Amino acid sequence: MKSKLEKLRGTCIGIAGCGGLGSNCAMALARAGVGTLVIADFDSVTLENLDRQYYFRDQVGQKKVLALKENIHKVNPDIDVQVHDVCLGPDEVLHIFKNCQVIVEAFDRADMKLMIIETVTERFPDKFIIAGSGLAGYGANNALRTRRLGNLFICGDETSEVTPELPPLAPRVGVVAAMQANQALEIVMDDMEPAAGDDVWEE
Amino acid sequence: MKINLNNNEVSMAGESFSVRELLALMKFTFPMIVVKINGRLVGKEDYDRVFVGDGDNVDAIHLISGG
Repeated sequence: MKSKLEKLRGTCIGIAGCGGLGSNCAMALARAGVGTLVIADFDSVTLENLDRQYYFRDQVGQKKVLALKENIHKVNPDIDVQVHDVCLGPDEVLHIFKNCQVIVEAFDRADMKLMIIETVTERFPDKFIIAGSGLAGYGANNALRTRRLGNLFICGDETSEVTPELPPLAPRVGVVAAMQANQALEIVMDDMEPAAGDDVWEE
Repeated sequence: MKINLNNNEVSMAGESFSVRELLALMKFTFPMIVVKINGRLVGKEDYDRVFVGDGDNVDAIHLISGG
């Protein structure tokens, strides 16, 4: 029987967006030993991103997907990192992530979150989508939780919206990114079934 | 009628409501929201066409910007 860690090496996980959630989630999955990561983002690293995103000063100006691949390979050069420098819409999601067992939603904008959730739940019912919703500000550790609806998981507090007064900050964004990565590992390690367990609240 | 909304039993005066009516009554006001009824996703274009009745299981999730 394959060990659980061997199973991770044979796993492909997609990450849609390489900002605060996506870059931190990807690094956690890379360190855990996931064999293939498919990462997508159209943006470049800015100085402002360094307050919470897994990039470094000398990477400012680089494409996020290339900078993230470099950082992943600094930790583990054996991970297959497939980069897509693209703005994702439904067609791109269906094409780019077709070989992924689990897709992590790591967008900034709420309309993009809705787009990928609708696309994956309707067109990829045999895959899982793990979304982040509600992570701005600081504190309130115990408001962060995971909720499952069929093949959709939502991580976050579902209320804290990013505003000028309540920016996304590294600790809380990092916690939610790690929750997403942790959920992805559970799905893979425990062979979770997408159709089962609808409407389950996890405390 | 009684429905199960986000894992809470909710009693409402009336036999059925459209998804749009239900969201307004329950004060789900964010523009981006995922609605599932009995495990099936309901798209925004179907909010007036799909109705919720007694015993239905409704999940409504606000999608909040930030990532």
